[in-house]
Parts: sequence; structure tokens; C-alpha cells
Amino acid sequence: MSLGSVPLKYKISIDRDQCMKCMRCVDNCSYGVYRIEDDKILIDSRKCTACHRCISMCPRDAINLQEKPVDYRSHPLWTAEAREDVINQARSGKIILAGMGNARDYPVIFDRLVLDACQVTNPSIDPLREPMELRTYIGKKPAKLEFTKNNGDIDLTTKLAPNLKLDTPIMIGHMSYGAISLNAQLSLAKAVAKTGTFMGTGEGGMHEAIYPYQDHTIVQIASGRFGVDIDYLERGAAIEIKVGQGAKPGIGGHLPGEKVCADVSCTRMIPLGSDAISPAPHHDIYSIEDLAQLVRSLKEATNWEKPVFVKIAAVHNVAAIAAGIARSDADAVVVDGFKGGTGAAPKVFRDNVGIPIEAAIAAVDEKLNDQGIRNEVSLIASGGIRNSADITKSIALGADAVYIGTASLIALGCRVCGNCYRGLCPWGIATQKPELVNRIDPEIGAEHVANLIKAWTLEISELMGAAGLNSIESLRGNRERLRGYMLDQGLLDVLKIESVGA
Amino acid sequence: MCGIIGVIDRTMSRMDGSSIKEALSLMDERGSGEGAGYVAYGIYPDYADCYAIHVFFDNLLEPKTMVDKILQTWGRIVHQEEIPTYEQPGLKKEHISWRYFFKPYTDLMVGTTNPDDDNVKRLVMSINSDVKGALVFSSGKNMGVFKAAGWPEDVANFFRIEDYKGYIWLAHNRYPTNTSGWWGGAHPFNLLDWSVVHNGEITSYGTNRRYVESNGYQCTMLTDTEVVAYLFDLLGRQHGLPSETVVTALAPPFWDEIDEMPEKQEEFLRTLRLTYGPALMNGPFAIVVATKDGIVGFTDRIKLRPLVVGENGSRLYISSEEAAIRTMDPEVKTIYMPRAGEPVIGRVTV
Repeated sequence: MSLGSVPLKYKISIDRDQCMKCMRCVDNCSYGVYRIEDDKILIDSRKCTACHRCISMCPRDAINLQEKPVDYRSHPLWTAEAREDVINQARSGKIILAGMGNARDYPVIFDRLVLDACQVTNPSIDPLREPMELRTYIGKKPAKLEFTKNNGDIDLTTKLAPNLKLDTPIMIGHMSYGAISLNAQLSLAKAVAKTGTFMGTGEGGMHEAIYPYQDHTIVQIASGRFGVDIDYLERGAAIEIKVGQGAKPGIGGHLPGEKVCADVSCTRMIPLGSDAISPAPHHDIYSIEDLAQLVRSLKEATNWEKPVFVKIAAVHNVAAIAAGIARSDADAVVVDGFKGGTGAAPKVFRDNVGIPIEAAIAAVDEKLNDQGIRNEVSLIASGGIRNSADITKSIALGADAVYIGTASLIALGCRVCGNCYRGLCPWGIATQKPELVNRIDPEIGAEHVANLIKAWTLEISELMGAAGLNSIESLRGNRERLRGYMLDQGLLDVLKIESVGA
Repeated sequence: MCGIIGVIDRTMSRMDGSSIKEALSLMDERGSGEGAGYVAYGIYPDYADCYAIHVFFDNLLEPKTMVDKILQTWGRIVHQEEIPTYEQPGLKKEHISWRYFFKPYTDLMVGTTNPDDDNVKRLVMSINSDVKGALVFSSGKNMGVFKAAGWPEDVANFFRIEDYKGYIWLAHNRYPTNTSGWWGGAHPFNLLDWSVVHNGEITSYGTNRRYVESNGYQCTMLTDTEVVAYLFDLLGRQHGLPSETVVTALAPPFWDEIDEMPEKQEEFLRTLRLTYGPALMNGPFAIVVATKDGIVGFTDRIKLRPLVVGENGSRLYISSEEAAIRTMDPEVKTIYMPRAGEPVIGRVTV
């Protein structure tokens, strides 16, 4: 018995009076929505992902896309999505894959947090006319200053551990070559070099095109160890061990063989066209002691010249885990929240596992502070950060800096259609098809991403100035400058903030 | 808005409290009648070896019994008495001000280089957070804080501060914006020998508070200034930084300036700033901190509050207003204004 087809998600139409049949829609759609027959453009709406490439390339604004209203019998529990997932799995017997971040309608805590501003008693600071310091150092800090006094002079005995110097607390998170295209990665690399910050290579190794920007990259070691050798470690400004990822806590990664082209295979050090499967655990990390040993091994391998970060997904006991990591010689803990993006994850994980970054960062910061070691280790927040206010709030909740991912891709054109795992990204981002990859000019892409970072940096400066702060150290963990709006007491307690009006 | 004034006689010659009362009252425009206070060093020569612990009691029953018990567990009360006060028409007496002269048992605190101070610090924190109806507001040796909710002249007359003689005096006239005027919220704030008067608001309070609390201090005064006393105790006493270095940690130069400095200085300031980032203070402030060896005045890094310095022989004055200094010492010779974040230090020379 056939299950039949499911209804359309999107309906595409062309205004035939406007259309001049330039065929750009046909050329641009990598999903095959458009085809030409008898001098007429035909549409197969069923293939549409709402990536908007056709619409943005149409010179006549002739294309119209509508999200189709549900045409199943409406039901509050058995939503269209629930029914379609059942049908698809009944048909395939497979795990449902999904791209980008959590697509469920969970409340966004960031949107229930409001920032403070100065009024009469306390002048706000104008960043256009006064210094505003966003410089951030990521890495281990001493607990106290050790020195000797020498005729009234102070001679330091404290020697700082290597730290990354960031001109802005915004970094770009790890998106591997393989998951994204080389032109996308190159755009990000040029952008971070322009803006004095850093990007992650992801677990895909480092392509030689990125070498000129290696001083602005953080190289990643994930459970698959793709692309890892001593040259790779030495190229990065810092090293990150990825234990978990916000979009898919507790599982490994999977890059389908179709995306493993010659260049990717070479960079990852795996056979051409083979699936790149990262195991769920690192097979040399079965305990916190194992992690501590790996951190030290990596430092030993690189002469103790590079900070080592450990990235974990935000899960229920994230604070205790982070405290363990902080005591492992790691220089920074990266916590990735459950709205984090991904190239591909089982949908059930993406939408159901983990906790929001806001709660995770507050809990981790609090735990480290209670243990008196907060300032000795850096804390990087990621997963669902959409704008400068989210960043400012993350820092006020206790982060030193943030990683952005999806936002930087949107700056490259991404329309969050969520089909990254198919390798057909029409914007040339999550694809390895040369004709699609070429759609990104790395120079222009870099300019857009750099503009985004600059704009957000300006906005953070303004928000800080309004709150009477001229250095980012004074924003970090400054819960006084935040209030919760319509949050329940339990969450206010976790976030350690007061309600509006208090 | 608040008015502050401090004076040190570097030869340790003692001054009575009458002139600082006048100087502070001159700055009534900077207050609102909701808090004023004074601190003087050198006032208890007969008990110079004891910690002078000043406590506000709501009553002398439960809270005092508990405080007595705590103090007697951790040391010996050499002498105790009610601090003499004199009824003032404009000042409502809300607490009983009590003083203990206390010697901690040194052997009860192990593992620290300064067990007596650590013992007393811990006692102050525990009484202030755990004993309802008792508030320790002064805990140094041979010094004492006197403060209440009221105008400067009323508070001075209430404690009759002209009866005390000290070689360092600080005074504060409060215009509260954080919390309503209550006795505990009046300045100076004190811990051990550190006393602080402050004009301004500390916008980094949340960060600073978290930092001191992670180092064993507890903020109980419901206002931002107390963290300054704790930061000085942590950095100055526990970590052993000289006063000017503590000031540099709290109000450091901007990165652009640090980047331009000679290598050794650049490294020092970068290390200091990375180590003590959470201690950096933001917001408008002019602060004078006293300890038994001297005073230090400084402002925030962009000088959003006024600070004036006057000198006359062995005396150094630091105040919000020149007129206040001239009221205190009409013969004052040198008057100048320090740059933002620059510490002004007066040390005893004997």
C-alpha cells in the first residue's frame, strides 16, 4: 500500500507579465525547482527549500514564494510536521536529518532579558568621544600577581600563559571545510583577519588557502581526528578539543561521502568520496583525567605556546563538567547551547537534547566563581546568538566572548533554509559543487562578514556606554546590569538575576 | 552626588574632629541628610593592640548575646562599652552603637600569613551576614568609624567627633541613589584597617561583587561602595600589592596607553590587568581610601567625579571641593587636581 505524497511546504509562482524569461531562476536553483520546456519556465514547488536564491536573483521581482498553510485536518498534537515525520520514517526506516539550529518554538531567554542604562546619577559614556575598550584576552589568567619589590620598583615573577588577543569579543565558531565550502571558509578567514579576531577551522583540517590567515584561526580536534597532524596543530593560534556540539550533544558527526571531493579528502586526510564519520566519544577520552592528559599532550606537542580550549555541548550538568575542564589545564571552556547550528544532525537531537546557552553560561560562570577560579579560565558562549544584544547579554551572564556561526553564514547569503546536509546549497556555502562554490567571491564575502562584526562591535560599545561601562571586563558577569522580564523564579535563580523593577 | 574629604598628617600629629565637621558641612549641597560619617585613625591609643570593633545593634538582647558569644569563641574581649552618643533634634537614633576592643586567638586560624586579620575579617563577614540585628561597621586597630543617617553636623554632634583625635580623618556626606538612607549604608565603609569614602556609582559593581565574594567576602551593606574596602583588603593585604598598584588595578590605563609604554611597563600593566580584570572599577567615582599608614585618593579612568588635592606642610587634603579644604585649613599652600585614575598618596613618614 502506498503512503502517497505529502502536501507541499512552499508554493512558488511566477508573475508571467513581469517575467522576461532570463532563466536566472533556472540557473540559480540547485534543487531543480525550475526547468524550461517549450520556451516556458515550469515550476516544481515540491522541490523548493525556501532558500530564496531565485527570488534574490530575479531581476524583475517576478517570483513569489508562499509558505503553504497546513492542509491536513488541523490537530493540536498531530501537527503537520509530526505526521510528515512519521510518514517519512515509515517509508524510509531511517533517522531524520536536519540542518541549521533547533527549529522548535522554545521561548528564547535572551528575549526575556533586558539591559540597563544610566540616567541622572551616573553619566552614560559616549563611545564616539570617549575610549571604549572591547579588547578581550582568551586564555589562562593568574589567580594573583606574584612579584618581588626592588627599590620601590616591582619585578614580576608572574609570567602570563599564552592568551589570544581579540579586538572584539566576537569570534566565528567552528565550521569545517567539508561542511562549508572553501570560498565560505576563506571569506570568514579574511573577515576575522580584518577585524582582529579569530575563527575556528572545524574538524576538517586546514586547507592551504587558509594558511595566510592561520594566525587568526583556532584549529579543532574532534573525535574523528580529521586533518590532524603536527603541522596543523602548529598552524593554529589556539587548539580546540571538541567534545560536544550544541546541535547534537552526545553524538558524533557525519559528513556524507558526496561532499568529500578531492580537496576535502586531501585536507581531511581521508579517501575520496568516503563518509567522514566522527565517533560519538573520543576513543582516548573516557574520563576527565583522559581529557586533562590530552590537553597536556597537545600543549606539550606545541611547546606550551598555544591556548587549548575544550568545547562541550550545554547539557544539564554542564556547570560541574566545565569546572572539571577548568581544572584540567584547559585555557578556555566553550559551551555550545541547544540552539546551535549544524550542517547535519539527527532532527530528534537538534530539537530535543541540551539546554539553552543563557542558562548554561550563567550556571557555569556561577560554579567557577563559587570555586574561586572564574578569572583563571575563559568562557566562550555559542549556540543561537543572533545579534549584538545577545552577545552583550551573554557577557553580562558571564561569558568572556562568543562564537557566532549561523549569523556569519547569513552575512554570506544563507537564508536558513535548513538543507545544509544535502550539499546543494545554492548560496555556495554548505556545498562542495564547484559551480555553486563559485557563487561566493571571498573578497566580497569577507567584507560582509567583517561589516557584521564591526557593526555588532559598535552596538556593543553603545550598549556598554549606555550602562556606564568603558571596559568589557566590567560587563563580564555583571548580572546587576540585567533584569529578567516575564521569567519564572526558577530561571531567575539559575540566571542569578533579579526581575524587572527589582 | 556626595561630598568627600580626607586629611592626613604625615608626622602623625593628631587633629580633633571639629574642623573636618565644618568642612563636610560646607558640602551640604552634595548630601541629602540621609547619611554622613567620619573615620579617624589613632583615636584609641590605650587599646592600640586591640581590634576596635564598632557594631550597630538593633537591641542589646539577642543580637548582642550572639555577637558576644561569637567574639568570645574566637578571641578575648579586652573591653567593651556603648559608644557615647548625644541626642540631636535632627537625627533619629535607630541603633545602639557599641564598641568592643578585641584580641583574636591567633592559634585558631591556621594556614594564613596573617591569622589575626583573617580571623577578624571572617568574624565581620559572618556577623554581618548571619546575625540579625547586628552590623559591624568598623573593625581596625586604633581607629574607628562613626556614621549614621543624618546631616554631617548632626552626625558629628551625635558622636561628638571633636572629642576624638586622629592623624588621619576621612568624612563623607551622602546623597544616596542606590538604597535609601540607612545607617549601614552611610560611609565610610570599613574592613580591618581599610576605610573608604566614595562619591559616585560603581557600574561594575556586579562584576566586582562576584569577584570579592568568590574570594571569601560577603556584601551585606546593600550598596556599591563596600566592595572597594574588600578589593583593597584582597589586593592590598592578602595579595600584598602596594597601594598605588591596587589603584592601578582598580583604575588602569587604557589599552592604547599601555600599548605605547616601554616593554617592561607594558608587560607589567598587561599582566596586572589580565590578573585583576574583575577588580577593575567602572562608572563615575572619586574615592579616598585610608589605612593606618596613609591615604590614597583616585578617580575613575575618565574622571567623572571631582577630586581636589591640597597640601600644607605635613598635611595632605583630598576632597570633592577646594572650598572644603580651605575651610579646614585656610592656610593651605598648594591646590591641584590629579588626572583621571592617577593615585594621590599621603603616607605617614614617621
